[in-house]
Amino acid sequence: MAVLLFAEVTNGELAWDATSKAMTAAKMMGDVTVLCAGAQASAAAAEAAKLEGATKVLCAEDASLGHRLAEPTAALIVSLAGDYSHIVAPATTDAKNVLPRVAALLDAMVITDVSGVVDADTFERPIYAGNAIQTVKSKDAVKVVSIRTSTFDAAADTGSAPVETISAADNPALSEWVEDKVQETDRPELTSAKIVVSGGRGVGSEENFELIESLADKLGAAVGASRAAVDSGYAPNDWQVGQTGKVVAPDLYVAIGISGAIQHLAGMKDSKVIVAINKDEEAPIFQVADYGLVGDLFDAVPKLKEALG
Amino acid sequence: MKVLVPVKRVIDYNVKVRVKADGTGVDLANVKMSMNPFDEIAVEQAIRMKEAGTVEEIVAVSIGVKQAQETLRTALAMGADRAILVVASEDVNTDIEPLAVAKILKAVVDEEAPGLVICGKQAIDNDMNATGQMLSALLGWSQATFASEVAVEGDSAIVTREVDGGLQTIKVKMPAIISVDLRLNEPRYASLPNIMKAKKKPMDEKTPADYGVDVTPRLEILSTVEPATRAAGVMVGSVEELVTKLKDEAGVI
Ligand SMILES: Cc1cc2nc3c(=O)[nH]c(=O)nc-3n(C[C@H](O)[C@H](O)[C@H](O)COP(=O)(O)OP(=O)(O)OC[C@H]3O[C@@H](n4cnc5c(N)ncnc54)[C@H](O)[C@@H]3O)c2cc1C
Ligand SMILES: Nc1ncnc2c1ncn2[C@@H]1O[C@H](COP(=O)(O)O)[C@@H](O)[C@H]1O
Repeated sequence: MAVLLFAEVTNGELAWDATSKAMTAAKMMGDVTVLCAGAQASAAAAEAAKLEGATKVLCAEDASLGHRLAEPTAALIVSLAGDYSHIVAPATTDAKNVLPRVAALLDAMVITDVSGVVDADTFERPIYAGNAIQTVKSKDAVKVVSIRTSTFDAAADTGSAPVETISAADNPALSEWVEDKVQETDRPELTSAKIVVSGGRGVGSEENFELIESLADKLGAAVGASRAAVDSGYAPNDWQVGQTGKVVAPDLYVAIGISGAIQHLAGMKDSKVIVAINKDEEAPIFQVADYGLVGDLFDAVPKLKEALG
Repeated sequence: MKVLVPVKRVIDYNVKVRVKADGTGVDLANVKMSMNPFDEIAVEQAIRMKEAGTVEEIVAVSIGVKQAQETLRTALAMGADRAILVVASEDVNTDIEPLAVAKILKAVVDEEAPGLVICGKQAIDNDMNATGQMLSALLGWSQATFASEVAVEGDSAIVTREVDGGLQTIKVKMPAIISVDLRLNEPRYASLPNIMKAKKKPMDEKTPADYGVDVTPRLEILSTVEPATRAAGVMVGSVEELVTKLKDEAGVI
């Protein structure tokens, strides 16, 4: 079995956490070749060569691949697909954009958000917001699979695979990049942080959300949010945790002023330790919390910050 | 311009999902079903474009069991003009895979020649997040997924997308596929008069065979089980107690 792992490359840099976790899953399916694509990708390819389990790294550098637009990126992957039984990527928004397109071009069904690899043809994935786990066996000649990274450990960085340069496929030129709005932050990345502090509608305003952020900074944590907090404008969209946001599984998840709707739980219930702070003792978040504190967050959070010194 | 909006009938997002004890699936008998929430947003987007004069006709399409006609009636009551129901299964427990749905939608697009297809980003039952991208591939059209803002300018659409790093804006050539995210708009409720009017709007009924599409699944479902449950936690009486537990018992800070 030969696996093509489509690495997460953002602005020329390899996203190590996402790619290395997808590598752990990919290794269970066969020998792994890593593909790094971008306007700049050679630095990422050099990084990817260290992924334990990589037998080879392919590096495709071309302006058309710069912002990972779906059409040229899918065309590149499809041009390589003939050599592989599996095409795998971490389930990031980039891969969710590209992989189904690749699968359809190969007349295969895509298998998204895989949380378990049973064997090279058989995969587990959550459905219904994580309320059920389905095991599916693919009958397709090529398996196109995205990996839910929160359930796999990172592969080691002790590899030394050779890097080969390849060219881009023809750009169908159907779309153009206009701009990115990215928030610069010194905080850890939400999906790889050891601790996540999240706020919900209970936080009440964008100004109040600074309370959540300052607690996060005290703990060296990433900041998350419920959909209600994002919809209300308290927090940016990329902080949303849940069924339709990011899936996280940190060592510690602190949910503050979040009721615990199933759509939110879908994104955090595999965290190792869950703390909930909510003034409503009936809030469903307490059913998944290891430690629950009933109280007003405007009283509890400042005290918590103080107690942490 | 004509717009096609695929709408899926799914379990209502408020319903507590029950996994059948024999591992064959989720209990869908006698539970409340609704339009996939993302698809309501897609319908709303199409209606707003019609109200703004960019769109002349909105065609809603659903693929599934016969009861999906209720979902289409909802789309018609919101403001779609016409509907196509593709009855692809008799059994409410059979989910038609995104690849097969995309193939049927491609055939519908070939017949209807819309300028845009606006679909949801994800169906909340199978959580696949795939159909729009697959349809776009089969048509060789551009795609703009996870849209939180859409503007049409000449023969292009300017779409802002919700991505892991924040927001990305792209310009796609039309005809295009747009898949919508939660923050694009707040869908309207259908008014009673519009619900009455919707009953008279045209709805065609088709089968996959009419389009020459084989809907046999590519993924064999071996089992569907409940996820592991978490061990019960404890309630703490104070912030001090919480900090002590996190330090000494859990060892996470
Ligand atoms: C298709 C779909 C997809 C969705 N995807 C997601 C998703 O990915 N992520 C997500 O989070 N949601 C998602 N949702 C929304 C979800 O259903 C809930 O509406 C949302 O999670 C609620 O957010 P919340 O808990 O912040 O708000 P609420 O449910 O309003 O809860 C606020 C909580 O704050 C508490 N509170 C208020 N004031 C205080 C105070 N002073 N001190 C302490 N506690 C206080 C209240 O007791 C309450 O429990 C989705 C919904 C749909 C339909
Ligand atoms: N059976 C279906 N009938 C109509 N539209 C569908 C169907 N399945 C998927 N779709 C559309 O494709 C979107 C994404 O679904 P999915 O790829 O299954 O997550 C949905 O939000 C719908 O707009």
